[in-house]
Amino acid sequence: MIYANNFINLAGLAALAMLLVSMILVLWRMARGPTAADRVIALDLLSMLVVAFLVTVSIHARETSYLDVAIAYACIAFLGTVALARYISRTSWKRPEKKQGDQRNG
Amino acid sequence: MVDYVTGLLMVSGSIFCLVAAVGVVRLPDALTRMHAATKAGTLGTGLLIIAEALFYRQLGISLRAATVIVLVLLTAPVAAHLIGRAFYHSGEPLSDRTWIDELRSQKREKF
Repeated sequence: MIYANNFINLAGLAALAMLLVSMILVLWRMARGPTAADRVIALDLLSMLVVAFLVTVSIHARETSYLDVAIAYACIAFLGTVALARYISRTSWKRPEKKQGDQRNG
Repeated sequence: MVDYVTGLLMVSGSIFCLVAAVGVVRLPDALTRMHAATKAGTLGTGLLIIAEALFYRQLGISLRAATVIVLVLLTAPVAAHLIGRAFYHSGEPLSDRTWIDELRSQKREKF
């Protein structure tokens, strides 16, 4: 059922605006993030926000095929996050036993 | 009536996504940022997908929406656990306000 309802259009516009603002915030964290793990966390949240954005666009534009794009993107984003997390845990230093130094990733 | 519920679900889901993004920006530590991103982001995305299923009310769309929800609910904790473990073992200092570190006394040579 597709209604040309004004309330749903307004809600879709508001949701798209808030998702865009949150994507900009997450991109700021990804550019700024002091450690590599912060950047991977920001990438993970950004992929989840892209899935939410695709679903909202699918409601707002009355086009159901964006939902298939969201399914495929969720799978691929999970694989990318797992690969990057494995990469961090392979290449970084171990936490020292006695005290926490100010080591950075090599 | 259902349209108003759909609109409210869309707005509340995007508000939760915004809360997740603000948490990722504002919180002091990678572990706390991961906590904010995973929980609030999953809830916001789930609410938006429920709104999509309520908006179309067809069997195929509802099945695909359920597929996306199951995918997000399965993959988000696994990814967050992997990133958190990688961050903890990478030797970066935790936040200053951390007062419980229960993994500190474990042996961590092999993982």
